[in-house]
Amino acid sequence: MGSTWAVDLADVGAVYPWLGYEVIMVVVAILAWLTWHYVQIRDENRDYDEDVRLYGNKESVKKAIEDFPV
Amino acid sequence: MGDNLSALTTIFTEFYYWVTVVIMFLIHVGFCMYEVGVSRRRNHLHTLMKNTMVIPLVTITFFFFGWWIYWAFPNGPFIYEGKGLILDGATGANQYLPWSPKMGPNLQDHITGVFWAAFLLFSWTVASIVSGSLIERVKSGAFWVIAVMIGSVTWIIDAAWGWHFDGWMVKLLGYHDAYASGVIHAIGGGTALGVLIVLGPRLGRFAPDGTARDFVPQNQWLVTIGLFLIYTGFWGFYAACNVPIISPELIAGQVTGSTWTATTIYLTPTTLSAITFNFLMSLSGGLMVAYIISKGNPFWTYSGGLAGVITASAGNDLYHPIQAFFVGGLGIYLGYYLHYWVERRFKIDDAVGAVAVHGYCGFIGLVFAGFILWGYPSSPYEGYATVSPLGNTIGAIIMFFVLGFLPGWVMAKILDGFSLLRVPRHVELMGLDFKTLTEEQNARDEVNRIEIAMA
Repeated sequence: MGSTWAVDLADVGAVYPWLGYEVIMVVVAILAWLTWHYVQIRDENRDYDEDVRLYGNKESVKKAIEDFPV
Repeated sequence: MGDNLSALTTIFTEFYYWVTVVIMFLIHVGFCMYEVGVSRRRNHLHTLMKNTMVIPLVTITFFFFGWWIYWAFPNGPFIYEGKGLILDGATGANQYLPWSPKMGPNLQDHITGVFWAAFLLFSWTVASIVSGSLIERVKSGAFWVIAVMIGSVTWIIDAAWGWHFDGWMVKLLGYHDAYASGVIHAIGGGTALGVLIVLGPRLGRFAPDGTARDFVPQNQWLVTIGLFLIYTGFWGFYAACNVPIISPELIAGQVTGSTWTATTIYLTPTTLSAITFNFLMSLSGGLMVAYIISKGNPFWTYSGGLAGVITASAGNDLYHPIQAFFVGGLGIYLGYYLHYWVERRFKIDDAVGAVAVHGYCGFIGLVFAGFILWGYPSSPYEGYATVSPLGNTIGAIIMFFVLGFLPGWVMAKILDGFSLLRVPRHVELMGLDFKTLTEEQNARDEVNRIEIAMA
């Protein structure tokens, strides 16, 4: 894309910045996506492990059900 | 856009799909409300976030590879005449690679973005169908892997096979599924069933003698308004399944004359008027039958309306409205009783009835369409098989079992093998929002104490 709109639009195609670097952008985005899953699953499991460690007894479960009944 | 007519057609088509996308957004709003309403109070937030995050995760993966799959896989690949992937040419997949200039702001292309988005909203829907079944015990991370699998891989393979003007199932089987009884709903229900078998029922759902306990929806209003919103979004879904306007020359098939038309995804002629008749009549059939068999239960009556539309969708481009009415009614009648039979027989805890409403009714709808539309052309092109009971039944099996149930079951097994599928027992009993609710209650208590001290 040039620096002016004084053009015949029939000659204009893609208008986004960094034209020609799409593959790099896609690779970075895919890595970000996979990293997101890794971090999310790791954190979720860590949280549940902690919950079980702190509250994984009959009294805690009973209290939770009483505090927040269906 | 060489001339004014061409420009007008292009801009109209662009705007048409854009509007369908906005309307279809309501489907996801509805699914979220519905699921949260069904879940118990101590699981609301987890339930909401589980389905909300379908939006970004399926969106980016559908951009990365989902859209490419649709255009690459119509031959199976290698199922139709041994041909492989379709990569080049006017409908080739490589122009939809995520780094293609068409996959971004491009003044020469007004259609790719909105057409991609219309399919993407179908992808959210199919993942949402699975989401509701698994509530209150599935780990979010596991569900999101399954959501990407069905939303950006398996459903779009089935669309390439059976929901593409050039798909091998259309050519060889005469598969006809105009408004996605199979390609969205049967695969969604099948996948949910596959995952549910591995995941197991919620704790306490079944008594020691095997009878199911009723886990009453926490908020019937959210459930019913959610389903109303799904109905509303479904209008956009129906419109998005059409090509809004096209000339016979552009179809380049067997249609003669110069009359422009709307078409189905197969490029067979239809009208918005036709599908409006049939959407409403099949909705009515489903609602009326569901009301009677469920004795006026709101959950099943609303679900029945949805199931009525889903059952009739395969043939709603061609049915007479009275046919659509009876197909819709019969669909929920069978789906309702199948739901309870499977629940009792196999101890399947489908929290929202999605396997029945989407899976069984989608499957049944395909079989019905095969009989009712027997002999109809499946395509405007020469050499395609005509619609038949056998072709649509094989198609239903492919959608529900091959691309739905099997991948769902395998993926759930893998996730379960790594202990990633189900939340720990104590956490499930306390509720998945236990920690958040406790922290919120502590914060409220602290503010109350301070306010009392300040009095």
